[in-house]
Amino acid sequence: MLSNFFVQLMNGIALGSTYALIALGYTMVYGIILLINFAHGEIFMSGAFVGLILVTVFHVHIIIAFLGAMLFCMIMGVIIEKIAYKPLRRSTRLAALISAIGVSIFLSNLANLIFGANPTSYPPTKEILFPVKSFELFAGAQVTNLQILIIATSAILMIILQYFIKNTRIGKAMRATSQDYDTAALMGINVNKIISYTFAIGSSLAAAGGVLVGIYFGVVKYNMGTLVGLKAFTAAVLGGIGSIPGAMFGGIALGIGEMFAVAIGLSSYRDAIAFGILIIVLLVKPTGLFGTEIQKKV
Amino acid sequence: MLNIENIDVNYGAIRALVQVSLEVNEGEIVALIGANGAGKSTTLRSISGLVKPQSGKIIFEGKEIHNFPPHKVVEIGISQVPEGRRVFPLMTVLENLELGAFSRKDRAGIKEDINNIFLRFPRLEERKQQPAGTLSGGEQQMLAIGRALMSRPKLLLMDEPSMGLAPMLVQEIFNIVKEINQTGTTILLVEQNARMALSIANRAYVLETGSLAMSGSAKELAENEEVQKAYLGH
Repeated sequence: MLSNFFVQLMNGIALGSTYALIALGYTMVYGIILLINFAHGEIFMSGAFVGLILVTVFHVHIIIAFLGAMLFCMIMGVIIEKIAYKPLRRSTRLAALISAIGVSIFLSNLANLIFGANPTSYPPTKEILFPVKSFELFAGAQVTNLQILIIATSAILMIILQYFIKNTRIGKAMRATSQDYDTAALMGINVNKIISYTFAIGSSLAAAGGVLVGIYFGVVKYNMGTLVGLKAFTAAVLGGIGSIPGAMFGGIALGIGEMFAVAIGLSSYRDAIAFGILIIVLLVKPTGLFGTEIQKKV
Repeated sequence: MLNIENIDVNYGAIRALVQVSLEVNEGEIVALIGANGAGKSTTLRSISGLVKPQSGKIIFEGKEIHNFPPHKVVEIGISQVPEGRRVFPLMTVLENLELGAFSRKDRAGIKEDINNIFLRFPRLEERKQQPAGTLSGGEQQMLAIGRALMSRPKLLLMDEPSMGLAPMLVQEIFNIVKEINQTGTTILLVEQNARMALSIANRAYVLETGSLAMSGSAKELAENEEVQKAYLGH
């Protein structure tokens, strides 16, 4: 019983840490320009495919592929912002939101065109990384080396992000811009540049999540971004949209919740549980667990 | 130093500024007074590049700046203390000051300037690790002023620095404004507290519903009957 609990907990944390990586992009972009970037799930999908191509076509090491996918999506995120959102900066928020949905549909269809509608397999983990082994930590409590790798990679990325946001010049400018856009500009901060940085960082984290999901579950598909994207969005809302620690916590909580739902036999409802959480949070505490009510002066 | 020539600013169908012209000379304190909604803040926001005038020119030290983005305006030596202080509430006092120096690269100079601001406002030093949102109104105003000074501006735009402060603090803030001016910074001051503004300014402009109604030396305006009636409560 306890060992099963632990196994599900580890499954949940591994899954949840990928949600957290993706949720960070939603929350950071929302924090700065108040846009739900619905194309973010497709950036995650693109990262998964770019990693796959780098490994299978270009035969690079998985670590290089991982970094390559992050770099590719970093650039892609910045370009998407410049083309699809920046021209609408002064329009209504709904216009940018619709544009985001448009980009999302475009990207998943483009992936469908290039990779086809069938799932594509990632090479077996033992070929690109190491043979997956289970370790027994205590009395039947098992964890795999792959899970540890996924959790550790996510954790390292999140620690780097936290350090960056807290201590660097650009990180401070990002926080300032998210707290007060106009006043940040009055400080001499080039807010357009900060927005680009935000998309770059958020998109590269989504790509990291994409490659990790590819390795963990073994398959990638053109429409994988839709559902995972919505779940990561749920995670961001659960933690409090705009809050970085909130996105980390929300992602992991959602992953654990989902795995326990599966464990108690509700596996056909696992997606419903995620969206049930979304609805409950929006009804009961729309600012999420870590969110603060930001009063905007008009 | 600063010349505004016939600017028009519209917010959609609303005409916020109509053919406004004004001039600020080096070393001056110039006050811009007027009622709520007269266009005082819009004038400052246009200079800072936060709103773009539909027509007219803004010239600073011979350069046309009305198409500059806000961060460029800071780089050429104009900074602003925005209305309502607008400190970054979740960031510490120290971080707020550091952000004020965002356009600068000279670390040693920035450190020195932070120390100078702490000398001028000792209460800010006591609270330097505290989030700015936890400061009192007067302290936040001092932080907003200190933050604006961190870019070493030649011209400081101040938008209602006395707003919402207790009378004793209002006096203190105006003394600070005078001191800043005496150390060589030119000031364009927007105020609803016309009496105080006219008492420290060299010259002043009166804005009424988006257009200039009057201008002159602060002394002249303070003695003008219409100004007394409308803004000084006589």
